[in-house]
Amino acid sequence: MTIELTELSAQHTSDAAARRARSRHWAEFRLKAYGIIAISLAAAALVILASTIVVRTVGTVYEYYISIDVELDLRERDLARINDPDPRIRADLRSVIRDGLRGTVEGDLGRAERRQLFALTSGDAGFELGDLVKADRQLLGETLRFRALLDDEVQLYLKGKIGELHDAGSFGTVTPRKIEGSDEIELGLSPLALAEGRAMLQEARAAAAKLERAEASRQAAAVAQTEADIAEATDASQEEKKRLEDLLSRFTTARDAANARADALLRKATDRSAYFRLTSGDPSIILRLNGGWLKVTALSQERLAGIELDPLDSLDPPDEGDWQALLFDRPESERNISDRQLVWLENLERSGTLDRAFNWRILSQSDSSNAELAGIWGALVGSFWTMMVTFLIAFPVGVLAAIYLEEFAPKNRVTDLIEVNINNLAAVPSIVFGLLGLLLFVSGLKFNVFGMEIMIGGFVPRSSPMAGGMVLALMTLPTIIIAARASIRAVPPSIRDAALAIGASKLQTATHHVLPLAMPGIMTGTIIGMAQALGETAPLLMVGMNSFIQEPPASPLEPGNVLPTLIYQWNNHSERLFDDKTAAAISILLIFLVAMNALAVLLRKRFERRW
Amino acid sequence: MLPFVVLAIMVIAIIAFQLCRSKAVASAGGTLALLHSRPSYHGVYSLLWVLIIGLGVFIALDLIGFAIVDSLMRGELDNLLASTGETLRQIEKDLRISDAIKIVRGGLASSEGPIRLELADYFAGLERWRIGVVAVGSLAAAGGAFYVTYQQVAVGFRARNRSERILRSILWTAAAIAVLTTIGIVLSLIGETMHFFFTQIDGRFDAFFFGTTWSPLSGVHSGVMDPTKVGAIPLFAGTLMITMIAMLVAVPIGLFAAIYLSDFASASARAWAKPMLEVLAGVPTVVYGFFAAITVAPFIRDFGEAVGLSVASESALAAGIVMGIMIIPFISSLSDDVINAVPQSLRDGSYGLGATKAETIRKVILPAALPGIVSAVLLGMSRAIGETMIVVMAAGQGANLTWNPLEAVTTVTVQIVMLLTGDTDMATASGPAFTLGFTLFCVTLLLNVVALRIVRSYREMYD
Repeated sequence: MTIELTELSAQHTSDAAARRARSRHWAEFRLKAYGIIAISLAAAALVILASTIVVRTVGTVYEYYISIDVELDLRERDLARINDPDPRIRADLRSVIRDGLRGTVEGDLGRAERRQLFALTSGDAGFELGDLVKADRQLLGETLRFRALLDDEVQLYLKGKIGELHDAGSFGTVTPRKIEGSDEIELGLSPLALAEGRAMLQEARAAAAKLERAEASRQAAAVAQTEADIAEATDASQEEKKRLEDLLSRFTTARDAANARADALLRKATDRSAYFRLTSGDPSIILRLNGGWLKVTALSQERLAGIELDPLDSLDPPDEGDWQALLFDRPESERNISDRQLVWLENLERSGTLDRAFNWRILSQSDSSNAELAGIWGALVGSFWTMMVTFLIAFPVGVLAAIYLEEFAPKNRVTDLIEVNINNLAAVPSIVFGLLGLLLFVSGLKFNVFGMEIMIGGFVPRSSPMAGGMVLALMTLPTIIIAARASIRAVPPSIRDAALAIGASKLQTATHHVLPLAMPGIMTGTIIGMAQALGETAPLLMVGMNSFIQEPPASPLEPGNVLPTLIYQWNNHSERLFDDKTAAAISILLIFLVAMNALAVLLRKRFERRW
Repeated sequence: MLPFVVLAIMVIAIIAFQLCRSKAVASAGGTLALLHSRPSYHGVYSLLWVLIIGLGVFIALDLIGFAIVDSLMRGELDNLLASTGETLRQIEKDLRISDAIKIVRGGLASSEGPIRLELADYFAGLERWRIGVVAVGSLAAAGGAFYVTYQQVAVGFRARNRSERILRSILWTAAAIAVLTTIGIVLSLIGETMHFFFTQIDGRFDAFFFGTTWSPLSGVHSGVMDPTKVGAIPLFAGTLMITMIAMLVAVPIGLFAAIYLSDFASASARAWAKPMLEVLAGVPTVVYGFFAAITVAPFIRDFGEAVGLSVASESALAAGIVMGIMIIPFISSLSDDVINAVPQSLRDGSYGLGATKAETIRKVILPAALPGIVSAVLLGMSRAIGETMIVVMAAGQGANLTWNPLEAVTTVTVQIVMLLTGDTDMATASGPAFTLGFTLFCVTLLLNVVALRIVRSYREMYD
């Protein structure tokens, strides 16, 4: 059978052919789109990851201080500590700091209020003042302007991480009046004043009514259930019936009461002068007038009642525009900073006693349980020691092993076994190396041989960089061996032949000729292996490098932690400032990793030879 | 004191090197060519032996000395206690001994007392003896090694061959450390696993492998665990669920990315996409853990709540997704390698028949690369199973047997970390922890071996 040429071309120009071609091209387009989507998703993940870390790191760039006047009239015990020549003895001058803080606020404070005031500064501020005085004893007896570090929650507030006071309608006029027999002050509101506050009032009222209705319907359900029970329990004992009746009456009363409260709330919405009491679960409304602050405790459409957080100078009606109403959306019960503290901070900020400074502390201090004090210095030192131990073990052993396997090893089953082993070791989960290190280096393997207990290993102190470094060395070894073998193999045989031909031994050939040429490649592989080790966490948890350690280790045998384990520990804290500090620690870790990888790339570009 | 002994041995080694070299030069009588080995090889030979013998004897004496001192101290403590009529538990005895050692070495003892001070005196005497014996013994051994090798220096002495043989065995030892590591892993894991199975749960293998309640540390009674509370099924199920979620994320994204990069992408797209994937691969797992705990888990919870689902704040989904992101570069780079390994002639043949790129990939390249891709997926799974930090920071801690990925589940690695970093008694907690570790080791090893086997048996040979 023959096909006419026109018929053949018709097969390729028909509608069906066009449809076929379209669907084939569509399939092509689809596959390509999947690829682009896949890469975009990976890129998006990277971008989100990076921005999470960067945004939170930026939050730790500054730390906040308060300047207070402190009188260095010391008590007996503090003086003894200041005069102690031992530099490890620190004096806690917190009472001096507290006196200084008292000077920043007006009025008499009760116990609870004093506690709130003292909570503004970090717990360590007293020690820092003590260190300052200890370094310069001339200061004793003087009055000093001291910059005290603020508490972590206060710092978060000043960074705007908790919320902000915003205007709640500071228009119109207000007329203050003392309520007799109470420490509250009543304010008459002009129609424009506190617009936002009133809107909030309506919402709060509606929400409260809704809650009461929900409660009422719960009670109603209970009533219905109990009525059904009574109907069923016709032949129950007298006592049982009595119990059910009691229950029914209790539920009925509760239902009616809840309904009545809801009705009252809704009725009040129409009554312009009915007060609605704000609780700590409602957003806070604060008024600034006549040189003081009022916190609103009850609000109606026409008036409000409030208590003084900071005493007012007078009860004269302030001029329009001379008073301010502020709203804080997050209720007081949902934050660790009270309305009173907000007011104090607002005053302090106006008087210019709050300032911020670059956060060197996070680099220069070691771990602390106070979020505002914690730093990474101890972990950096720990990481340094750990990496030194890892390098000093893994690099020589890895290179020697690679030389042996490439240059000397006979091709037999032992060598094969070693090869398979190295490849498998590279794929063993890191936590298993941690288990090995825990047992072999830290606890020791106990054997019972002929009744005598023999212990192998167990010579390394727990939590020490030595233990961590040895575990990481075992982990890094396969990486280094594999990289070193590859670059030794890349040295051409002609080099070896030439060396052997002029009488060098095999060992001389390997050490004098092959190794120097392979060194750049080996170094590249080693740096990449060390970068992996620097970011490794799980095996170090096993040997106890996640302990809480406030002093940087002075030697590899002292307890320490490393950056990744510090990140893990900080992530477990509940203080919110620790989240940001964790991100900052991650940024520093990533900077080291990027630098190491850049060095590896540079080495490869600069020294790699192609034969 | 003892570090100085090590230093002295090194000094002896250097002196030995110099002396043997000069003796070799002298014995050649001015004609160095007469020597079998160059003078420095005579020196190196002596140096190596001095170091090996000196340091070897040093370490051996040190360890033996420790053991002897320890047993003598215990005997002395028993004597002291017998004289005062006190009886102490083993752990209290250990504390007394370590305090006595700390008093002598200038550390901070937990407390002081007549017994501790007497013991410290006794220890100080023993310690003087131990240091003396170790120092004298190891220095004598080093000197002896020097003496013997110095006598051997002669014109015809094959110093080079001999010292190279020593160096070669040093190289061999380095290579053997890798094997020793594996043996160490297996030995240490097996020892504790046996202890767990035969002592702690009394041979009830089924209780571990088929039980559904995991709470090993509740109900420990004098070292024996309650066999109804050591069931690892919830852990295996949790690990499997998180691994599956991770693979559902990583395999499509990694594979499509690899296909796109190898066959569609322009050179410039490759130039930024590949480093981007490498960066993703270089991020430490603890950072992924932070990301999962801080960003992904709250997002999933809020999203779930917005559409009316109840999501645990440590849901398996969050940990799984982030673990998937971590494995994307792993899958994509391995798949990229195998796709690129398919010879160009196959592509050209397919194009020559009129196939489009997509058809070529689907019908020619993927079948040819399939064994490699399957092994990449298996290796990715093995990494996901062994991954620790993401799940420790973002997955749950309580054992929970469920099919719902929105609930919190726990994994094998999380439980190992929980058992060994908590405030629990190491002797009790290490049994279940090491058993889980051994299971983990076996499963990942099996996956790796299978992955390599698949590549080796099903690979098409083209050239």
